[in-house]
Amino acid sequence: MAIFDIEINGKKQQVDVDPATPMLWVLRDHLDLVGTKYGCGIAQCGACTIHIDGTAVRSCSMPVSAVGNKSVTTIEGLSEKGDHPVQKAWLEHDVPQCGYCQAGQIMSAAALLDSNPTPGDAEIDAAMNGNLCRCGTYTRIKAAIKTAATG
Amino acid sequence: MTLVKTSHKRRSFLKISAATGGGMLIGFNWMTSCSSPEEETIAIPNEWFEMNGYIKIGDTGLVTIYSPNPEIGQNVMTSMPMIVAEELDVNWEHVVVEQGMLDEDVFHNPQFAGGSLSIMLGWDALRMAGATGRRMLLEAAAGEWGVQVSDLQVRDGIISEVNGDRSISYGDIASRAVDMEVPEEIELKDPKDFKLIGTYQKNVVGPQLVTGKSVFGLDFKREGMLLAMIQHPPAFGMKVKDFNQQEIKGMDGIRDAFIIDTGYEDEGRFDVNAFNQLIAIVGDSTWQLINAKKALKSNWETESTLESNQSHAESLARDLDNGTLQEERRDGDPDSAFAGAAKVIERTYSAPIIAHNTLEPMNFFAHVNGDKVELVGPTQTPNNLKESTSKMLGIPLENITVAMTRMGGGFGRRLYTHYGLEAAAISSKMSAPIKLIYSREDDMTQGTYRPAYRSTYKAGLDENNNLIAFSVKGVGFREGPVFPNRFPAGAIDHYYAVKRVSPSNISYGAWRAPRSHFTAGAEQSFLDEVAEAAGKDPIELRLELFDRAKTNPVGEEYEYDAERYAGVLKLVREKANWGEDMPGVYRGVAAYFCHNSYVAQILDLVMHNGQPKVKKVWCAVDCGIVINREGAKNIIEGGVVDGIGHAMYSELQFEDGAPVQENFNSYRLIRHGEAPEEIEVFFVENDISPTGLGEPGLPPAVGALASALYRATGQRYYHQPFTTKEQDQESRLLG
Ligand code: FES
Ligand code: FES
Repeated sequence: MAIFDIEINGKKQQVDVDPATPMLWVLRDHLDLVGTKYGCGIAQCGACTIHIDGTAVRSCSMPVSAVGNKSVTTIEGLSEKGDHPVQKAWLEHDVPQCGYCQAGQIMSAAALLDSNPTPGDAEIDAAMNGNLCRCGTYTRIKAAIKTAATG
Repeated sequence: MTLVKTSHKRRSFLKISAATGGGMLIGFNWMTSCSSPEEETIAIPNEWFEMNGYIKIGDTGLVTIYSPNPEIGQNVMTSMPMIVAEELDVNWEHVVVEQGMLDEDVFHNPQFAGGSLSIMLGWDALRMAGATGRRMLLEAAAGEWGVQVSDLQVRDGIISEVNGDRSISYGDIASRAVDMEVPEEIELKDPKDFKLIGTYQKNVVGPQLVTGKSVFGLDFKREGMLLAMIQHPPAFGMKVKDFNQQEIKGMDGIRDAFIIDTGYEDEGRFDVNAFNQLIAIVGDSTWQLINAKKALKSNWETESTLESNQSHAESLARDLDNGTLQEERRDGDPDSAFAGAAKVIERTYSAPIIAHNTLEPMNFFAHVNGDKVELVGPTQTPNNLKESTSKMLGIPLENITVAMTRMGGGFGRRLYTHYGLEAAAISSKMSAPIKLIYSREDDMTQGTYRPAYRSTYKAGLDENNNLIAFSVKGVGFREGPVFPNRFPAGAIDHYYAVKRVSPSNISYGAWRAPRSHFTAGAEQSFLDEVAEAAGKDPIELRLELFDRAKTNPVGEEYEYDAERYAGVLKLVREKANWGEDMPGVYRGVAAYFCHNSYVAQILDLVMHNGQPKVKKVWCAVDCGIVINREGAKNIIEGGVVDGIGHAMYSELQFEDGAPVQENFNSYRLIRHGEAPEEIEVFFVENDISPTGLGEPGLPPAVGALASALYRATGQRYYHQPFTTKEQDQESRLLG
């Protein structure tokens, strides 16, 4: 066990956990931030995607000890009122079905648009391929990303 | 004009009371069916009189609809309340939908909510509840003003005089409507007057979903709750003997470790499970449990056969070719017809075992406290879970509550009760509230899988290329994949259908559009090949058959409406401009009827760097009245992606009784770049009561894909997953 001070969604948080604990479980079990989802635990589904200094990271595969003083953003902190352009585009296209994968999809899409404001189809595929949607909302996701890019 | 009765033998289907905080509360049961009250011959189930849905018309005019239905992702939280709002005649903007509060008494009567049935079952009840509310509010206003109800009209929740100036809102009259008598008979709207039904409405929980606020089963938390994980035997056919219990118990954050047994006498229909005995570990945090699982050293015993892909292929091939198959239907004299046919085509198709892989793994919260049990989690069959828990723990039914959370996907997986039972068994042993969570590996390797299937289709053509004989033979684990009375039964003079179940000790269950997802793929791509042999357009061939079934059907009965079947094919043919020359685009077509809806699809495929890529899928759907076009389209699109994805990529292989794939690094699911670039959905307009959407979009996609792949590659695809290499396709055929 060790104490870690991490900045999450703009707020300093302290946890006392095994240094190998993945950020996913720190968020979910210790900080009650359950918007970030567990789907595979091995960086294959993208459900647990968060931002670390603005870059999309699979939180299931990042130990808390590796975060250091970088800033962490989760779906709960992506925008204050749920009005990030990606979230708005998601609502406009009525993307979710069961919704379980969507926090991860949104976090991946937001990071993509941050680094590449007008991605082409192939770039969207490359950035999003790590995010599975078992309900099959892929075509809507792509349309929503394009809307968010132009909006 | 449709009139429905609001009671049966003087018992009312509805319960009206004053709402706390002012207004009117209408209680109803979402599953009540009252469409044919006159000829009610079957006994009305008692549950229809139990209230499990409520409409609250608050004195502010805000209408709240409490939905007890679990949300699996089919958007019923939006579409079902739309039905109520339509009949009630309120502005959708003034409607709030809430999933039943977990702890409220009224929501302790949840019911079976199997896939595509929700809308079909709710249609009548929801309309009746809404229409009754409207009528009572009107009567209250009429009484107030001393006029007749026929002198009044309603628009967006405002009652006004037809020939007068007075008007009053639902909110202002609601408290007075509470004292009105519930009308015995109620008139429902004519579908042509629908204003809300048939429009595009966004998912009511969208804002919660995109901000991460929705609570799924895995997110449920209770003060003092411990976490638990299980370890099942590594292979089907094995049983747990013992494990390093002391060592595990001594690990950081671990409270206890033991073996549970969820078996009991007289198991129910949804208690499918290969492993009743499991190692359970209870601790404080998920990460500590994952580490404890890694440290497990267990001994297992082999108690039955350890099956493998090889043994599966052999047993299915043996049963199909030499086994005794059970005859399900026979028309004419197929043997002589095949013998006399000018051309005979015979093809064998197969599909592997696949897992459900809902993105949210199985999990359940349980608190067994003395002789009281509280269960909370993602289940589609709360009543079954309640009964099974009662039998397993010997606790009376009335002491057990089961509440449903939002579900991260279902596809049939959450019909099964075992993970809820496991949670109950663990909590009982601990005498503490616990939440059981499956890792992805647990979820994928302890499934209620879609069984493997193998079928042979045979067609005989006469010298004029008329299809005169047809047969289907199907074998599978759990069930033979044959629907004897579905198309093309009824359309061909000489026909037979036979099937057989092959034994297996792996646990199987319903998987989105059970069997249909396989039969549609096989039958529809077979018909494509038959059309080619007959020198006919594949759509024309099917339309000829539907025509035959309509005008001069063969045999006593068949299970489809040939007119509606042909209707979707014609619609998709027109929309997609079938027959148009499109260089570089390879097209496949399929149509299928299941879960009471008809869907036809045309799939356009292009080759990209030698790899097939689905450019567009055109879908024509006849599901009766469409409630919410937005949600309906989304679900059909999902079905298409699911059908293409699984047919193309997915397979769970077995070796020595153990699943070879355990997680998404080796189990292939369709990903972004492989999804169709575009899916367009068209609905047939009619006034038929709504039918299912969750399942029917999937099956035709498999057939359309197989035929498009053939046009693109010149090779027929008989064995799923289609990405199986050419030589393996051959060897699967040989079995
Ligand atoms: S849970 Fe992290 S990628 Fe799947
Ligand atoms: S919406 Fe269900 S997994 Fe994506």
